[in-house]
Amino acid sequence: MFLSDADLEAIALTLRLATITTLILFVVGTPIAWWLSRTRSRWKGPVGAVVALPLVLPPSVLGFYLLVTMGPNGPVGWLTQTLGIGLLPFSFWGLVIGSVFYSLPFMVQPVQNAFEAMGERPLEVAATLRASPLDRFFTVALPLAAPGFVTAGILTFAHTVGEFGVVLMIGGNIPGETRVASVQIYDYVEALEYGNAHRLAAVLLVFSFLVLLALYSWRPHPRKV
Amino acid sequence: MKVRPHVSIALLLALAAAVAAPGAAPSATAGEAQIAVAANFTAPMKRITALFEQDTGHSVRTSYGATGKFYAQIRNGAPFEALLAADQKRPERLEAEGVGVPGSRFTYAIGSLVLWSAKPGLVENDPSLLRTGNFNKLSVANPKLAPYGEAAMQTLSALRLRQALEPRLVMGENIAQTFQFVDTGNADLGFVALSQVMQDGRIAKGSGWIVPGDLHAPIRQDAVMLHRGRDNPAVIELIAYLQSEKAQAVIRDFGYQTE
Repeated sequence: MFLSDADLEAIALTLRLATITTLILFVVGTPIAWWLSRTRSRWKGPVGAVVALPLVLPPSVLGFYLLVTMGPNGPVGWLTQTLGIGLLPFSFWGLVIGSVFYSLPFMVQPVQNAFEAMGERPLEVAATLRASPLDRFFTVALPLAAPGFVTAGILTFAHTVGEFGVVLMIGGNIPGETRVASVQIYDYVEALEYGNAHRLAAVLLVFSFLVLLALYSWRPHPRKV
Repeated sequence: MKVRPHVSIALLLALAAAVAAPGAAPSATAGEAQIAVAANFTAPMKRITALFEQDTGHSVRTSYGATGKFYAQIRNGAPFEALLAADQKRPERLEAEGVGVPGSRFTYAIGSLVLWSAKPGLVENDPSLLRTGNFNKLSVANPKLAPYGEAAMQTLSALRLRQALEPRLVMGENIAQTFQFVDTGNADLGFVALSQVMQDGRIAKGSGWIVPGDLHAPIRQDAVMLHRGRDNPAVIELIAYLQSEKAQAVIRDFGYQTE
């Protein structure tokens, strides 16, 4: 077999992490993107900046804060322990939370751009046809922003697959739980198993290229309203 | 927002100054050594480096990290002039592969393993807690990469607890991260290097059990000079200094044994 069972397990885990993160971010990121695209509040700047922070911050900073806040002496750790969930570091769901923060801008920004690009006009027209605000959002805004969602989904998914630093800091390298493909490769390199590292690295390289190729080759049909 | 011109000019000047700031000018006699050091040896190395710099006027630039990573980096041209490894295997390989200076290898420290918790009183002076299972996670260094991790797994095997505790393990990438998992309280317990918790001859905080040396193979840590540093007086003197009684006493203070 080209890849070992451990590699396949790491890949499966990576895909699961990326899928769940992307789904959560569709739900969490869309309202943020909508608000950012429509608001005139003076909080628009600060919120936009916070959303973009993971683009700039080193993963070590994010990983460090997550480890400390989710630890037993941190506020999130206190909360999860009180709720009986236990501690999040070294668990799959801890990685999910880390990835949601880490990939947030990759979801919010393309969707926000799509919402902004459609302008007010389609929504106003729908309003004159007596569509309720919720109706307008789901039947007008979301379909019009669909290309933005596709871009955001692909970028978020791919970015989560490529995550390394945050996982290294809060994962604890547990097979089947937190040992994702990038960490597995790192282990191989450190253990001088370059053959194994090459094989898994090649898989990730091809995968990343194909995803980006799909993204850049894909052109949405321009819609007229 | 518009940036006022004099503000932006000041910013530019500050940036230019920062970029152009010269490093410390090297003097004629004092040299600089660039050394890669295994993470477990961080604390003693800092003390030894300070003494060495005082005594010789040379300066030492140290990088601390996983031995395996340093090995890979050195094989790929990293500018280190000596490696203080956490094991014997990597220095031996470097020497065999012609990157290390033949005959320059020596054991600078023999490490001790400790079962440690950041909570005072949690670990009695024995392995009983491991048997009761009254803890959330047990942090160990990745045994594939770190000799202290290997020693930890050997200890668990010797105690016949390896299979039972396997599901509770979290792995640090090196011994520093392993310690950090325990120190932040995310793992109740961990097998760390005694040097990480030892100060002035005793365990400085939390609670711990020093693992008897017969439960695992000795953790002999070797240093090797690399070809890059063979003609650098700072490196040559540092290697000799590490074997001096003064440095060896510091090393013992941190819970290592010496030869």
